[in-house]
Amino acid sequence: MRGLTTRYLLSRLGMYLFTIWFSATLMFIIPRLAPGDPIAAMVSRLSAQAGFIEGSDRMIAAWRARFGLDAPLPVQYVRYLRSLLTFDLGYSLSRFPVEVQEMVARALPWTIGLLSVATVISFALGSLVGALLAWRRTPSLLRLLLPLTMLFTSIPFYILGICLIYVFAFELRWFPIGGGYDLGLRPGLSWSFLANVLHHGTLPALSIVVANMGFWALGMRGMMITVEGEDYLTLAWAKGLSPWRVFLHYAVRNAILPQVTALGLGLGGIVAGSVLVEYIFAYPGMGYLLYQGITNADYTVIQGVVFILILATATAVLLLDLLYPLLDPRITYERR
Amino acid sequence: MKSSHAHDAEPVLAVRDLQVMYATAHRGVLAVRGVSFEVRREETLGLVGESGSGKSTTAMAVLRLLSPPGRVVGGEVRLQGLDLLRIPERDLRRVRWRQISLVPQGAMNSLNPVMRIGDQIRDAIEAHEGHQPPGRLRSRVSELLETVRLDAGVARMFPHELSGGMKQRVCIAMAIALNPALVIADEPTSALDVVVQRAVAQTLLTVKRQLGMSMVLIGHDMGLQAQMVDRVAVMYRGHIVEIGPVLRVFEQPVHPYTQHLIASVPSLRARQPLRAAPSLDPEEVRFEVGRLEEVGPEHFAAVGRREG
Amino acid sequence: MSSVTLDEVVPEMVSAGGWRTSPWLNAKFLVGLLLVGLIVALGLVGRLVWDTDLARVGSAPLNMPPFWVTGGSLAHPLGTENSGRDLLALLIVGSPATLRIGVIVGIVSIVLGTLLGFTSGFLGGWVDAVVRTLADATLTIPSLAILIVISSYVRQLDVNTMALIVSLFSWAGPTRLIRSQVLSLREQGYVRMARLSGLSSFDIMFREMMPNLLPYLAASFVGHASAGILAAVGLEALGLGPQRVPTLGMTIYFALQSSAIIRGMWWWWGFPTLVLVVIFVGFFLITVGLDEVANPKMRRAR
Repeated sequence: MRGLTTRYLLSRLGMYLFTIWFSATLMFIIPRLAPGDPIAAMVSRLSAQAGFIEGSDRMIAAWRARFGLDAPLPVQYVRYLRSLLTFDLGYSLSRFPVEVQEMVARALPWTIGLLSVATVISFALGSLVGALLAWRRTPSLLRLLLPLTMLFTSIPFYILGICLIYVFAFELRWFPIGGGYDLGLRPGLSWSFLANVLHHGTLPALSIVVANMGFWALGMRGMMITVEGEDYLTLAWAKGLSPWRVFLHYAVRNAILPQVTALGLGLGGIVAGSVLVEYIFAYPGMGYLLYQGITNADYTVIQGVVFILILATATAVLLLDLLYPLLDPRITYERR
Repeated sequence: MKSSHAHDAEPVLAVRDLQVMYATAHRGVLAVRGVSFEVRREETLGLVGESGSGKSTTAMAVLRLLSPPGRVVGGEVRLQGLDLLRIPERDLRRVRWRQISLVPQGAMNSLNPVMRIGDQIRDAIEAHEGHQPPGRLRSRVSELLETVRLDAGVARMFPHELSGGMKQRVCIAMAIALNPALVIADEPTSALDVVVQRAVAQTLLTVKRQLGMSMVLIGHDMGLQAQMVDRVAVMYRGHIVEIGPVLRVFEQPVHPYTQHLIASVPSLRARQPLRAAPSLDPEEVRFEVGRLEEVGPEHFAAVGRREG
Repeated sequence: MSSVTLDEVVPEMVSAGGWRTSPWLNAKFLVGLLLVGLIVALGLVGRLVWDTDLARVGSAPLNMPPFWVTGGSLAHPLGTENSGRDLLALLIVGSPATLRIGVIVGIVSIVLGTLLGFTSGFLGGWVDAVVRTLADATLTIPSLAILIVISSYVRQLDVNTMALIVSLFSWAGPTRLIRSQVLSLREQGYVRMARLSGLSSFDIMFREMMPNLLPYLAASFVGHASAGILAAVGLEALGLGPQRVPTLGMTIYFALQSSAIIRGMWWWWGFPTLVLVVIFVGFFLITVGLDEVANPKMRRAR
């Protein structure tokens, strides 16, 4: 790949592995910080909510065996890490003996689909709007977008989602209230199913796009203002290039670089926001699974989902980091 | 030094009474206060002065490249008869680079960091001559690079891979790409070290002679100016205080400021006390700027009394 | 670049007003302050004019709409929800709680950020490497995820505990900011000179840095306070908040749990949402306004 030095690759990979290890360790420590035996605590909380649990003895035994809670901590830790490496996320407490792995595997595609589409659209659209807002030649009418984007960017995704549901699903009935697809439809690769999925996915995606777009717009506007003062822009104008060319190839092309870095930093927040969006819309992705885990005090599900979410986010950031040299030819060369 | 066309043809560039103002939050300052000069065909005019004298601002104003808070507030700039300050944007774009180009100060930052050199030269050509077959463009770019004594392989490189001198030469190559009538070179060698300065200056000279262009060479290196220009204009605090053939002005400076400027150039031959530049303490030494009066053949100095 | 044609000649000196153009007085900053101030007032003044006991369960008729809708009454102007709590009282009690979370998170993040950033930038070496790596990792992780894990294990949650939990992840941003400032200052010539002459470089840097950093720190405080509220409300909406305190997020949670949206009880989730929006927009405007103070380039006229 053009411009990828080994050093850069290794440092990014190293960071990636560290982040994952760090979060995994955090999630190992946290349950054990809670006083008392985590399993007894789980079960008692569960029974407090759900009453008597069938086969709770089997569940407890399987749990203990799996995590060997009688074994010394270091041993537990190693086993824990090992099981994570094989994506063995344990059994769901509330739906025993369903494996968390299965539940995650079913929910993950929905989240990836929603998130990737929404993120790409909001980033691209937001950056374009931001770039136009900073450009002197943009007609004043378009500039009214600035206060509007400012308004929306401060609202959390899911709050916008609630409002959208109320207006478009409840009052206007243009879109369904929630879910991934109509109950009763058979999932499959048919056009009608895909259309249905898109229909259901519109409002959730819109919540993310509209609320997130403003952030990218404002960032891009700031970067464009900085770039405007650069000498290479002056020379571009002196060359008599068309305004469009100067805008795209000289201004935007340079301003987008810090934006992409910002995307890498902001992905964590977007993922977090979409978890809540899925909750609001009962969208069958990781967010909703997480919510169900919370309601059922299903700690294995909670931890499993969170781990996969972190893994997915870190992977996306790694990919971005690796793609960055393609955009900026400067960073890969060693300084002379 | 002069060609036969010197006096009969219309000047390539005629600046009359140019005024540029910088407006800040509290006050406005006139950086250029009624500057007038001409550049004739195949002639090189030097524009010298210290930092803050207004020479770069003049150049930017001529090209209509002033960024806020700078604004042209008076005067006229005629390029081969065309009033540059009044024509609409569309026409200005067509005139730019084709008839008047710029070799910027500090080539370090004047090249787009994310575009290859060849592409940056190419887009100037294509902007004015329309789409061209890639093969022809490539050979044109190679020729241009050879003219400034750079290897044709430079076209594939990015700006950060080049040294300062190379970048400056790329800018020269770009500036002559469309064979303009006038090139404004804004301190093209100031940011370079001495050895490289010579090379770049030599390149400029060669190119200028080869293509027969007019040039405005802005700078504060008197030695360089003496070697490269035909006539020189001395700027002080937004005014031109002396203008005339370079040898005359250097050997017989009339205006006190010009005398001071020339005297402060350290000489390798004679031992002289070093005279500090006056602007180090602007309140102390101030020079009078009168009206430009002829003090010799083609030689003007602003020594007379100014009204008001 | 400027598409300027000729103007009339203007007089050499053009005066503009002094204080009127102070960067602190920009519209966005002031409007933001006003908005946040409104909510603060709601909490402070509301207590005095409205009976906050009405926020208790069963203190009012159930499911009443706001007074301008049929079925509502001025006794409960913003309506009630399905366990008999008065909405206005809920807002009056919940807003200060929510704001308090923001303030705590903001303060903790700046204090931690300054401490860690300064130490890290100043000491360098392995300390710096450790702090930097941890900060980068923390920033990448979707913090809400781990916060969820933590909250689900905590038994009794009150507002302050909640705020502290949320702050666990907010130190990373300010740390990076301060660290980079310290690093760039360290290399400045005058710092090196001062060190040579025996002055404590810590002293110099602190005194040099702080005045310049103040707007950034202020913006950082506001930004993290806002983010803290965001995270806290997120946790609460999922049901992981303090069960006994009717913060804005918890009210929304109960509304969602009782399907308030499809029951058409828009006032139940609507008013807390409105207050939250005002808070977020207010904080945001303050941040943008502070940004203009700190960075003069952003101050162009539109």
